[in-house]
Amino acid sequence: MLIYLIKRLLEMIPTLFGITLLSFFIIHLAPGKPTDILTELNPKITPEARLKLEKYYGLDKPIIVQYGMWLKRIVKLDFGESFSGDRRPVMERIWDTKKPLLERRLFITFLINVLSMLIIFTIAIPVGISSATHQYSLYDKITTTSVFIGFAIPSFWLALLLMMLFGVHLGWLPISGLKSMNYDSLTLMQKIWDRTLHLLLPVFVSSFGGLAGLSRYMRGSMLEVLRQDYVTTARAKGLSEKRVIYGHALRNALLPIITLLGLSVPGLIGGSVIFENIFGIPGMGQLFFMGVMTRDYPLIMGILTIGAILTLIGNLLSDIGYMLADPRIRVK
Amino acid sequence: MLSYILKRLLLMIPLIFGITLITFTIIHPTYGDLVGRETESIATAVYGDAVIEGTIGEPSTLIPMLAGDSASHGVAGMIFNGIVKYDTDLKVIGDLAESWTISPDGMVITFRLKKGVKWADGVEFTADDVMFGYKTIIDEKTPTPYKEDYMQVKKFEVLDRYTFRVTYKKPFAPALTSWGNLVVLPRHLLEGKDITKSDFGRNPIGTGPYKLRKWVSGQEVVLDSNRDYFDGRPYIDRYIYRVIPDPATLFLELQAGGIDMMGLTPIQYTKQTNTDFFRKNFQKFRYPVFNYTYMGFNLKHPWFKDKRVRQAIAHAIDKSEIIDVVLFGLGSPATGPYVPNTWPYNPYVKKYEFDPEKAKRLLKEAGWEDTDGDGIIDKDGKPLQFTILTNMGNRLRINTATIIQWRLAKIGIKVEIRLLEWSTFINEFIDKKRFEAVILGWSIGLDPDQYDIWHSSKTREKEFNFVSYNNPLVDTLLEKGRRTFNIEERKKVYYKIQEILADDLPYIFLYVPDAIPIVHSRIKGIKPSPIGISYNLPKWYVPEKLQRYRIEP
Repeated sequence: MLIYLIKRLLEMIPTLFGITLLSFFIIHLAPGKPTDILTELNPKITPEARLKLEKYYGLDKPIIVQYGMWLKRIVKLDFGESFSGDRRPVMERIWDTKKPLLERRLFITFLINVLSMLIIFTIAIPVGISSATHQYSLYDKITTTSVFIGFAIPSFWLALLLMMLFGVHLGWLPISGLKSMNYDSLTLMQKIWDRTLHLLLPVFVSSFGGLAGLSRYMRGSMLEVLRQDYVTTARAKGLSEKRVIYGHALRNALLPIITLLGLSVPGLIGGSVIFENIFGIPGMGQLFFMGVMTRDYPLIMGILTIGAILTLIGNLLSDIGYMLADPRIRVK
Repeated sequence: MLSYILKRLLLMIPLIFGITLITFTIIHPTYGDLVGRETESIATAVYGDAVIEGTIGEPSTLIPMLAGDSASHGVAGMIFNGIVKYDTDLKVIGDLAESWTISPDGMVITFRLKKGVKWADGVEFTADDVMFGYKTIIDEKTPTPYKEDYMQVKKFEVLDRYTFRVTYKKPFAPALTSWGNLVVLPRHLLEGKDITKSDFGRNPIGTGPYKLRKWVSGQEVVLDSNRDYFDGRPYIDRYIYRVIPDPATLFLELQAGGIDMMGLTPIQYTKQTNTDFFRKNFQKFRYPVFNYTYMGFNLKHPWFKDKRVRQAIAHAIDKSEIIDVVLFGLGSPATGPYVPNTWPYNPYVKKYEFDPEKAKRLLKEAGWEDTDGDGIIDKDGKPLQFTILTNMGNRLRINTATIIQWRLAKIGIKVEIRLLEWSTFINEFIDKKRFEAVILGWSIGLDPDQYDIWHSSKTREKEFNFVSYNNPLVDTLLEKGRRTFNIEERKKVYYKIQEILADDLPYIFLYVPDAIPIVHSRIKGIKPSPIGISYNLPKWYVPEKLQRYRIEP
């Protein structure tokens, strides 16, 4: 077990290296440079000033040299400085240790994603199981229909509709941001309540699409298992339906779901970029979007690397989960 | 199987219907009294309340010389003052300067600064601070795009605590206005430090009407009024920039009361805010912005070398139609490279009224006629067809191109439109002069000097006369315009340049769009002017009864 873990961790290093190499080249392939915002079609800029700026940012060197320089810093865990005006270190922008935990970008993104993941799993698994056990019943049909609605609705659109309804029309929930303007003058309980209200819509929207997908997977996988011989055997033994399903079938039906858990990390990070922008949430996704728009290479690379590490950890965790759930894999 | 699929398909119909129904009921809410009814205000200004401006872009740094984006300059403009600034009629007036004198040959400017102005930390502002700012901006190691104007300075001397003198290599008319807020930095805080490394860009200390209270990345920049501001304490106690990257969310926040002011889009201005709710709670403003959209010709192209062809195209385009359709009427026709109601703008230039018949006549004179009956005019066997390039993602320009395409088809010119990604467009087509016609826009500075755009020497790669315009008379005038200080003299020069440009038509000047901000109606004292609304922000106020936020210092 321990050896397996160490082996897996070591394997992650070349993978990570490959990911960063590819990402670095792809973002440099995109047309445009970080200096464009300052210089393109700006009559105040002379060609000399332009070259000077490019040199200042090291953009005059061949791309492979630029990658080498980036890599040299990264092995010392230094993500470099952002190209944006204030030149802050990338790490400080993502994980500012001077700020309280609740206001660090990575933590905000992480918190919302963990919350929505919890919601997805606590709702999707029971929904999937019950619609499998009641296949073709009215209940199954209703859930199937709602699931397709959930799949079909683009999340940015749903977000806007909900904001209109709850924010403008009814005035129950705040529309954007993470806390109210008068946050500092609130008592502790009010502060917690304020933050909860602000999180409701984003968490709901980010879990909505995933909810639909996962409950379908759960339903399919449960149906598969219910057809197996050992389920028939269990029923023949005279076990109660409850024990058949929750004692024997569920454990096996959960296996593919564990794999999905690991695979869903990149999707969640990608989704963060969209909903953090819509809801004006100062998380990592919003920062990434800003970075891409201004071609802030060190910032983009920093976030991509963190995203890659999170994805690899997610995969590792799901493999470990798989091992725990399935004795057959443990033996191998 | 088939019947199963049919059944499934039929099931989808009520589903889709259901979704659209939900959409419709949600999209058309009836606005209740979200914000209390307002009574007419008392006309005296009082202190208090906060104004929240919504913006889609977050500032990158609050050091003006390092910032390239408008969000940064907007916030920094509240924190810093310039040596000089523009008045509402676009004349230059003193900001931190009490007065100045220009030597008769225009080479030496001596500024006298106001006494007793203090940085927000209490230290007095002096000429040494300007010297420091100047030295920083010309420093090789400072990554700033704004060096150029200051490289023209031959000598900078501090004469005494409140006086400094700059000597130029050549007379340079834009010199005076270059002494804005780019070169005002507190020496006592920054001397000996690398400004790109210090945290001054996030914790600036200025002399301006507002000072930074806090800046929460991705969320808000909060400014408090500077009670010791040399021009009087601002009435609004707090000014907050809320960063909301999504324009649709921004507009919803406006309705929900989360922000007090924002810039609208033409459709929001004309349609979506045209309700009782908005009329009651908000005031809208409209003024021309300092940029214009044009169609530029590649003057090296054999067809476009002929002035008559360019003039014919101008006659075939209906500018007011473009403004009505593309901008919902929120703009004005452009006749030259300046904005209406500013001093260099010449309203008397040749205008090309919409007249397709005249266009056809001009083309015929130039030898273009439909000889083979295919509906496209031709000359020497070649049909008159060309491609308009513009950048992807700019709806206004794409729509403009489409209208022009349709209008030109009517006089027998075939136009194709090609959309390009911005960087590709600039690097591969503009810089290499691989185009026939382009639709682009220029943001123009407040100084009328446009040497870089029209002078015949500025046609190399990465320079801005990419249409290859060459008129020796214009060259001479441009040279003269930037060496003359007398505003009446300069006015004559730029009037003449506009007359020549209107006749030569290197560009067809299309339109000047309007800026269309909306502000909550409880905020009083806003006086729109050619330079916008926010120039007198320290004088805005909210009558006591209407104040919404209580600010404790």
